[in-house]
Amino acid sequence: MSPFVAELLIPVFKILAIIVYPMVMVIVMIWLERRVVAWIQGRIGPNRVGWQGILQPFADAVKLFFKEDIIQVNADKFLFNLAPVLVMASTLLSFCFLPLGEPIRIGTYELKLWVAESPVGLLLILGLSSISVFGVIFGGWASNSKYPLMGALRSVIQILSYEIPVGLTVLSVAFVSRSMDLVEIVRRQESSHVWYGFLLPVSFVVFWISGIAETNRAPFDLPEAESELVAGFHTEYSGFKFAFFYVAEYAHMVMISSLLVVLFFGGWLPPFPNVKFLHFLHLLPGFIWYLIKIMFFLYCYVWIRGTFPRYRFDSLVKLVWKWLIPLSLVNLLVVALLGSVL
Amino acid sequence: MAFEEIELNMGPQHPSTHGVLRLKLRVDNEVVLGIEPVVGYLHRGMEKLWESQTYHQIVPLTDRLDYIASVSNNLAFVLAAEKLAGVEVPKRGQYIRVILTELQRLASHLAWVGFMANDIGAGTVLLYGFEARETILDFFEDYAGARLTVHALRLGGVPYDLTPENTAHIRAVLDGLPAVLKDIERLLTGNRIWKQRTVGVGFIKADDALEYGLTGPALRAAGVDWDIRKRHPYCSYEDFDFSVPLGRNSDLYDRYLVRLEEMRQSISIVRQALDRLPEGDFRAKVPRVFKVAPGEIFHSIEAPKGELGFYIRSNGTDKPERIKMKSPSFINLQSLELMCKGNLFADVVAILGSLDIVLGEIDK
Amino acid sequence: MTAVRDDDRILQEVADALRARFGDAVLGTASAKDGLIVRLDPSVLRAALLFLKEEQGFNALLDIIALDRLKTAPAGPRFEILYQLYRFPAGQRLRLSIEAAEGREIDSAQPVYKSADWAEREAYDMFGIRFAGHPDLRRIYLPDEFEGFPLRKDFPLEGTKRGL
Repeated sequence: MSPFVAELLIPVFKILAIIVYPMVMVIVMIWLERRVVAWIQGRIGPNRVGWQGILQPFADAVKLFFKEDIIQVNADKFLFNLAPVLVMASTLLSFCFLPLGEPIRIGTYELKLWVAESPVGLLLILGLSSISVFGVIFGGWASNSKYPLMGALRSVIQILSYEIPVGLTVLSVAFVSRSMDLVEIVRRQESSHVWYGFLLPVSFVVFWISGIAETNRAPFDLPEAESELVAGFHTEYSGFKFAFFYVAEYAHMVMISSLLVVLFFGGWLPPFPNVKFLHFLHLLPGFIWYLIKIMFFLYCYVWIRGTFPRYRFDSLVKLVWKWLIPLSLVNLLVVALLGSVL
Repeated sequence: MAFEEIELNMGPQHPSTHGVLRLKLRVDNEVVLGIEPVVGYLHRGMEKLWESQTYHQIVPLTDRLDYIASVSNNLAFVLAAEKLAGVEVPKRGQYIRVILTELQRLASHLAWVGFMANDIGAGTVLLYGFEARETILDFFEDYAGARLTVHALRLGGVPYDLTPENTAHIRAVLDGLPAVLKDIERLLTGNRIWKQRTVGVGFIKADDALEYGLTGPALRAAGVDWDIRKRHPYCSYEDFDFSVPLGRNSDLYDRYLVRLEEMRQSISIVRQALDRLPEGDFRAKVPRVFKVAPGEIFHSIEAPKGELGFYIRSNGTDKPERIKMKSPSFINLQSLELMCKGNLFADVVAILGSLDIVLGEIDK
Repeated sequence: MTAVRDDDRILQEVADALRARFGDAVLGTASAKDGLIVRLDPSVLRAALLFLKEEQGFNALLDIIALDRLKTAPAGPRFEILYQLYRFPAGQRLRLSIEAAEGREIDSAQPVYKSADWAEREAYDMFGIRFAGHPDLRRIYLPDEFEGFPLRKDFPLEGTKRGL
């Protein structure tokens, strides 16, 4: 394969894919959420626009695109415009490190199903999600209004607090797999015949809860609930910028689910990859398994949203500082001790 | 970072103010220092209007007060007017009135639990509650022709008799309700998050509650045994066997449990009334020109929201001289500040929801 | 039925106690279909309410009702203000009635019963009756700029221009 294709075209294609893939997932998620929450509530959900309402997200996007772009008079224009970009960009960038499957051989070329592989991929993803916090702060601040500011502050406290258990549980996985490279982590799960979700159940549960809180989803969605006093840091945004925040939130959900699957559920591995008589499961390409697992966790996101009331802000903060962080610390200690002994 | 006291405004357009209500909040960092409700956005001048209407014409106007449970308003007014004029309603009419009013109490509490849960984030319960409420409203559409502002009572009794189809319909509605209540309980009562949001929140001492004139389920949740259906029975309520649930801790959780139990008691009352429905007239003969001799009366009933009273002064004509409505939500709203002071302002919405106010009643 | 006769008797005792305490300020009693009405002179209103609350146990003020007697008793004081009291848990209802000429300030009941707060604001909003000692007497239903008092009998049903 000529260097032109290998070094230029394919990476460009991957970069485009890394924009398209989350977008497609977001579109599916928006549709899924509307329909599934409706079914839980005894309703039907949007089913007019396209087959079973599948074009509803497009309709929403078109509507938002044509809305008037309102910027307040006293708003800080630069930060106001920067905020959605920061949130979206950091979320999309973190998709670069998520591996979707084993590399595919095309002739002599090995097409890697990830945009970038880094020995500290995990760390980079965590770092990028921290950058999105800036977008939240800027959005709240630049709106120059009480409600978004308070919503932004709450969001920031929530995200920053919940990043700690995320970091600690992810550290436990990195410890067990001796690597922070996401591809390595999946390969280690394959070679050690056990998915880390079963090996480190506490890590899995804590990561999952913290992941839901990171994405500001129910039951941790106080900063953006409509029936609360503050409607969140994106109150003053309208039209396409609001669409950015909205899409970025869903993309973040997809990212957390993907991370969950990669770290704890074997990424692209079919269940029981080394059991001989279940080898037919390998017929399904790894990418499809990956999608199936992500869809399950995304469905759980929606399921939880439709069932539980909302945490009040102080309960939310108490939960993370009194329970999740100590739990994840103890968990890390146990994993480290057992890991060095066994 | 120090936060000074800021003033926040909530409403009058807001998803959670249960109508057009404006709340001026003074907040210090998350703690509520004071709340001032501003009402009057739905003021329609009802009391002035009533002075120029005949007693018959006033009955459908009262529907528009508490529009969630409109038959209760009808009942309060017709009972006051009938007592003043000395009209005896036949037993069958009274029993049918009890059935209709208790069904409206169920409808009102179902709407309440839906709104309350939605304010706290459990949107599913909103739809379960409303779906159940629909079954009740379907019955009212069948019986009286309207779903919301029903005008299901007349001076002297009820407009139509309960046919066997009507009674079968009511029984079908009642049969479907316990399952819904059970579902709602499964989603909320034991739920940790629900309990965290409602236990210990919105406390008011029983003495303060009486002082501020609080009535209804919120007062009973504070442990005060005041239900007008038991203390001053009207409309044959003394014939029925039901209990009045009382709370202990006077918080939102108790108010929720009290209202759930009241729903179960209402189902029981309606079943008893259907089983023992006497034969006879359902409406006393009342002249078309309903002249009332000069006099006055204050009469109140236990509406779903609290004590709903009508003061009527008559002047010998068929139009009243003065009617004043004692609205439970109007008086209950005064205690909002006491309940919210010192609490977090994320609780304000929940506490407001637990008071179960309806602006039509507050603003007349 | 015995309960009702008991109530009548108990309320008569209350009326007698009032008369014993306030003498001529108690202008008379009347029996209504729902309880006893005691007519008082406005000057003893606050004292009578305190007496009834603290010594007679009428712990709830249910409502304050104002009436305009322009049409029915044009010669006398224009406004009649009724206080609907209730004794919980015993269950007796008592109505106090005072007459007030137009422009006369009435003692506010708010220091005695907190539930009087908004009820008096409503009476002020609708009739223009002022209550002395009320912490915050301003309109409650109508906009602050409204001119006129709608429930007065001489205020037209259709409204006025100045009344917005």
